[in-house]
Amino acid sequence: MLHYVMRRLGGAVPTLFIIIAGAFFMMRLAPGGPFARERRVPPEVEANLMKAYHLDEPLWQQFLRYLNGLLHGDFGPSFKYKDFAVADLIFGGFPVSLQLGGIAIALALVIGVTLGIWAALRQNSWIDYASMSVSMVGIAVPNFVVAPILTLVIGLQLQLLPVGGWGRPSHYVLPVIALCLPQIAAIARLTRASMIEVLSSNYVRTARAKGLPARLTISRHAIRAAILPVVSYLGPAIAGIITGSVVVEQIFSIPGIGRYFVQGSLNRDYTLVMGVTVFYGALVILCNLIADLLYGVLDPKVRYD
Amino acid sequence: MSVADITLGTAPEVKGRSLWADARHRFLRNKAAVTSLVIFCIIALACFLAPHLGLRAPDDINWELESWGPPNLELGYLLGTDANNRDLFVRLLYGGQVSLLVGFTATLVSLVIGVIWGATAGFIGGRVDGFMMRIVDILYSIPFIFFVIMLTVVFGRHITLIYIAIGAVSWLDMARIVRGQTISIRRREYIEAAEASGVSKWRIITRHVIPNCMGPVVVYVTLTVPNVILIESFISFLGMGVQEPDSSWGTLISEAAVVMEIAPWAIIGTGSMLAITLLSLNFIGDGMRDALDPRDR
Repeated sequence: MLHYVMRRLGGAVPTLFIIIAGAFFMMRLAPGGPFARERRVPPEVEANLMKAYHLDEPLWQQFLRYLNGLLHGDFGPSFKYKDFAVADLIFGGFPVSLQLGGIAIALALVIGVTLGIWAALRQNSWIDYASMSVSMVGIAVPNFVVAPILTLVIGLQLQLLPVGGWGRPSHYVLPVIALCLPQIAAIARLTRASMIEVLSSNYVRTARAKGLPARLTISRHAIRAAILPVVSYLGPAIAGIITGSVVVEQIFSIPGIGRYFVQGSLNRDYTLVMGVTVFYGALVILCNLIADLLYGVLDPKVRYD
Repeated sequence: MSVADITLGTAPEVKGRSLWADARHRFLRNKAAVTSLVIFCIIALACFLAPHLGLRAPDDINWELESWGPPNLELGYLLGTDANNRDLFVRLLYGGQVSLLVGFTATLVSLVIGVIWGATAGFIGGRVDGFMMRIVDILYSIPFIFFVIMLTVVFGRHITLIYIAIGAVSWLDMARIVRGQTISIRRREYIEAAEASGVSKWRIITRHVIPNCMGPVVVYVTLTVPNVILIESFISFLGMGVQEPDSSWGTLISEAAVVMEIAPWAIIGTGSMLAITLLSLNFIGDGMRDALDPRDR
């Protein structure tokens, strides 16, 4: 087990390195550089700025400096928010994004798995068709369409919930719905397919044959195997939630990382964009790792060797 | 065939159905897929034939109307006007040209890279295969939309760049599928039989390997197109994709989202257009999978 964890960690390090190097060198290739303005600054000022941000050093030295900073949790200064370090912005926005994303993923898992199992148990009934059509819509309709329409109907027409801001519990409802809808759909479809497969497997037939009640057969034997594909889908699901949070935070003006990322991109705040990409890259790698380990715990067929 | 033919003893000709005829037959029986195909064709035709449909131009400004005015059937404004008093429905059709073009071009890019990468890894095998697929694994765990946005931040918001950037990040699944297909086909008996009977390598590849790879590839291509359209709209929605004077569905939706309080029909109209297109492409993809999935045969 420990060996397996170490090996997977060893695999994650090069991935992370490639993300960092990719982000770093892409930003340095940018035409114009971070201080390109409409108004030219005097050359002395520009030289001082370059020196202050270590942009006069050779590229490899800047890269090592950046890597070293990352190891200490320092993402460098923000080029646009003058008095802030990128790390302050990221770690300031992270609790908000984490809450939003955490609730969304938890809800998506609970509702998606329930729906999927329900549809599988009533295969080819109207419940099955209805939930699968709805989840097809959930997959196809992007959350930047769902979010404004939710705002329009529930927030503006019915006046039930606030359409923006952050702090009170009522602020969570619409963004969480917009964020978790596509994941509910994907998880429900996945669960349904695997549940149908499991229900026709030999060990479920054995359990039935020995007279175990249907409820126990499902809860003790079928579900455990049926949610395995869901566990391996956790990594992509979390990546999807993170991506979705960018647009959802923007629409509902939620002060999370995604919003900084959009603002940073529009303002060409290179270090901020780079920092968020690296941070979320690391987070996705970590989540994939956890999902893999969880899969191993749940699936008796996996051996760590 | 008439009765006379049988009495005359002409054996009814048994015509073997090719893989593709078989697939077409299955596809045509799938009502959801066929309906979706029809709907998608209508949308695509309307978008690309928009200049020839006798509609007003997308930059035709009508000073008589208010901006974000309601649908006006008498004057033929199906979705009302936009911020600059232009016909929103016409702009939606022209925006569709951009969205669909991005969808198909980027998918083509991903198809080319994915097929070459996957086939090379699958054919050579061994260490090269391991190395190439390791790269795919690494790229797989990168939140690539951040990289696409970063690309547009760094290199400006050129539309060609968006095509390439999206295509370049969505070839990973294609590479995996093609590699798996290549490896499994290479081990089949009929390939061995063809080799034993002296068929040239080139002919084996063109006659056996590629046609048998095509099924999953075609399925995956149809499922990539809606994904790519979604990514492009996502980026354009955030204001980092297609720029004025061009517009895509993403930019139109983001414009409409800002004014949804005064012009709810705008967001509903633009959003539905995108949603219907994506939905029908997904149904077509599912239908293709059911028709072409080799495991089902």
